[in-house]
Amino acid sequence: MKVEAKILLSLGTFFGVMCAVYWNWSLENAGGVMMFAGMLLCFLPGSYYYWWSRRMKVRPEDDPNSTQSEGAGVVGSFPSTSIFPFMLGMGAFFVVLALVFGIWFLVPGLFLAVWAFLGATAEGRRGGHV
Amino acid sequence: MPSFGAQKGVTSESSSVFHLWQGFSIGAVVIGGFVVVIFVYAIVRFRRKGDNIPRQSQYHLPAEVAYTVVPILVVFGLFAATLVVENKEVSNPKTDVIVNVNAFQWGWKFTYPGTHTSVIGQTTQAPTMVIPVNTNVHINLTSTDVLHGFYVKEFNFSRYALPGVLNQFTINAVKTGTFFGQCTQLCGLYHSLMFFNVKVVTMPEYTAWLAKTSNASTSSAAATATNQQTNTGVPTKPATSQGGN
Amino acid sequence: MADLLNPAAELADDGHGHGHHEEHHGPTGILKWMTTTDHKIIGLSYTVTSVAMLVIGGLFAEIIRAQLATPDGHLVSLAQYNELFTMHGSVMIYLFAGPFAFGGLANIIVPIQIGAPDMAFPRLNALSYWLYLTGAITMLLGFFTSGGAANFGWVAYAPLSNSLNTPGAGADLWIGGLLLTGFSAIFTGVNLTATIFYLRAPGMTMFRMPIFTWNMLVTAILILLAFPVLTAGLIMLYCDRHFGTHIFSTAGGGVPVLWQHIFWFWGHPEVYILALPFFGMATEIIAVFSKKPVFGYKSMVFATLSIGALSLGVWAHHMFTTGVVLLPFFSIMSLLIAVPTGIKIFNWIGTMWRGELWFSTAMLMSLGFLFTFLIGGLTGVYLASPPLDFFTHDTYFVVAHFHSIVMALVLAGMGGLYFWGPKITGYMLNERLGKAQFWLLFIGTQVFTFPQYILGLDGMPRRVPLYIHNPEWKMLNEWSTIGAVMVGISTIIFVVNVGYSWKRYPAGDNPWDAQTLEWFTTSPPPHHNFYRLPQIRSERPTWDYNHPEHKSLAHGAGAGAEHQPTPLAAAVTVLEHGQDEGPNEGANE
Repeated sequence: MKVEAKILLSLGTFFGVMCAVYWNWSLENAGGVMMFAGMLLCFLPGSYYYWWSRRMKVRPEDDPNSTQSEGAGVVGSFPSTSIFPFMLGMGAFFVVLALVFGIWFLVPGLFLAVWAFLGATAEGRRGGHV
Repeated sequence: MPSFGAQKGVTSESSSVFHLWQGFSIGAVVIGGFVVVIFVYAIVRFRRKGDNIPRQSQYHLPAEVAYTVVPILVVFGLFAATLVVENKEVSNPKTDVIVNVNAFQWGWKFTYPGTHTSVIGQTTQAPTMVIPVNTNVHINLTSTDVLHGFYVKEFNFSRYALPGVLNQFTINAVKTGTFFGQCTQLCGLYHSLMFFNVKVVTMPEYTAWLAKTSNASTSSAAATATNQQTNTGVPTKPATSQGGN
Repeated sequence: MADLLNPAAELADDGHGHGHHEEHHGPTGILKWMTTTDHKIIGLSYTVTSVAMLVIGGLFAEIIRAQLATPDGHLVSLAQYNELFTMHGSVMIYLFAGPFAFGGLANIIVPIQIGAPDMAFPRLNALSYWLYLTGAITMLLGFFTSGGAANFGWVAYAPLSNSLNTPGAGADLWIGGLLLTGFSAIFTGVNLTATIFYLRAPGMTMFRMPIFTWNMLVTAILILLAFPVLTAGLIMLYCDRHFGTHIFSTAGGGVPVLWQHIFWFWGHPEVYILALPFFGMATEIIAVFSKKPVFGYKSMVFATLSIGALSLGVWAHHMFTTGVVLLPFFSIMSLLIAVPTGIKIFNWIGTMWRGELWFSTAMLMSLGFLFTFLIGGLTGVYLASPPLDFFTHDTYFVVAHFHSIVMALVLAGMGGLYFWGPKITGYMLNERLGKAQFWLLFIGTQVFTFPQYILGLDGMPRRVPLYIHNPEWKMLNEWSTIGAVMVGISTIIFVVNVGYSWKRYPAGDNPWDAQTLEWFTTSPPPHHNFYRLPQIRSERPTWDYNHPEHKSLAHGAGAGAEHQPTPLAAAVTVLEHGQDEGPNEGANE
């Protein structure tokens, strides 16, 4: 966890320095704002990982001498099949077509998207196909 | 010194760019040549000869330091040379010869402030901008609609014409002659036919031309000796029969 | 698997990656494809779709080259030509190069390389694919509308892209397609980052990850930094077109250049989002076929991270000629990117040095990549200098430069398919056809880019279907067209090869004597990837397992001195703090 945190924090720091130099020098706002947001986007997960890395035991994947048996147990729950990603994708497709061809495409689009949202959530809670 | 494909051009700025080009090219040839030589040597020399497993070396301190430090030095050298030429190109020395260049879909309008001269032309009926030789000519570049690119090959220079922005630069032509220019930034259907010419003449010729066209323009807004066509406000079909639909 | 049962190595066939799952059961046929959340099937769908996009984009390119073979060609109209190059660029960049790398090969290989059972969010992964597929369909639908497809160039510069200058559904479909593929890329970025951070096998520390995985991590971070900016920009553009806002038009007080800032703030990291995965593929391939570890592993990682860091600060080198950007800042940042890129090139050659080079098709493709990328990289240095950019901007010199780069990526990507194809499908591709494909692709690339460099220096602007004023450009353009045709034929050979080799040459688990973890499992890998995992003590666990007596040596050949980390490695070790031993130092003792 420490390495991950340090990578993100160093990237964020670099973007911050670059942003300060650029913004003060060029006085151009668009790029300054975007680089500043880039810095925040690195600091947000980076500081979270850093906070955790000081409070948790070294994970087996961070321990250079760990053996495979240390990773035994449930890694996570992985659904094997699910129709909802497809439905959500089609829903998004129709919503985008509504942007181009007419508002009525929103009807099937939102119907599919909402159904897929609810279905995927229920599937996750149930632990159904995992 | 070889030209590496570029040309000296006809302005004092273009020859600085040309020399910068030569400098970059020498760097590229030396470094690229070195890489190609060791690359080809590795390919020829280390072909597989059997099933032996080579020494599994992974780090080599001096080599890694060398190929980190040397490129950094080269980069700062190139940057220093760049700054010299760049400062020359973006400086705008004071001058009396000013041309306002306005780009529009799909043509160019050259006006000479302080006179009544204005030259305009669309697509293949290319207008001609007349400028004096050995004089700093200040160009104010604007656009009325979309982005256009002001580009003359012999100037080794291009600049966008942006709506809402006044772009300024100075050129100093050192040779007389007529040079072909073209829009380089995609601007719609007839982008490929948005031509113009730059005619570099001696100072007396320029003054005479300006006086003549300025008077002609006062009497009539219509065409003068060098005006190919006036802006009627209606987009003209290009001379080629082929058009878009 | 019997040969793997070596008592010297500790194996665990317990839960990791396999565990409580029964063997895969469920729907079959098209329903299986629609409902799958297996990263290998999704990745394969991505690969097939993106190669189809390569073929479509390639067809556009051939039409463009046919039109340009004569100064006043009449093959297509001016309007059709604008549509063709716009869609050629859009298809190749948005729909082929990125999705092929981070959706296709990375999706399949990264989880296996780090010993994970699947991507971290399998259903999100599936959603990424469906958004990519529908986005591609949306963008291409433009050709079937009355106004034609989008025709404002793949960069869609405002105000040419507003509703006044380009009305019609084609442009809106282009925006909609990009919204969908943009979200697809963001989800893949999230997925890759989470997978690499959380699902590594025990012992697979960050500094034991293969270079391909490292590059995909940086790519994923760049996706997360860059793509939201593009998506926001597209929404602004749509509002300008339809809701009467004036963000990018001077009429209402907006700023057209703002679009360029937003677009290139995405667009330049995007260049590395495209390139880094292919660098990773070439790195893996060169190491395997030189029978050596990646030379300068740590400086390679450091170079990748610096490319990622610098890439956020170079966007305006695409805008030098606008006259409204800070030239020195962007010039030095862009020039500096040459340094880590150079480190990579020297590391690749260092990997080959004193190796035993096996010139398989994958290796040839990677060597072709290295050469073509060197050409594109050297000409890129020129473009980082504003005066030289003023000189060559929007001419064919720039076109030739980035085609050298992207054709290098195509070469590496083809190498990746020849290299990992056996792992994914269980069958090898024919080497003889592969070598024919390589030589056509490699020579064709040089034949079509070199004339374009000369044309650009001679002043030929990009995006023109006619050059009636300069008929002397005809011969060079003909050469360029010939090269493009050779590249086209090479793609046909590839398709033929896939058909010919279909289930013909069984591969076995590790046909190349490769080094990383994906070659430890079966070909194709089982559902959830592994039956067992080896002990992971370096970035090449499979090699260590197969050749325990040939571990990586920490210092250079001939250097008798005690091992000391290089300055670059030391810089990386700061990041690695808390890990007493580097991945390779232990092996040396």
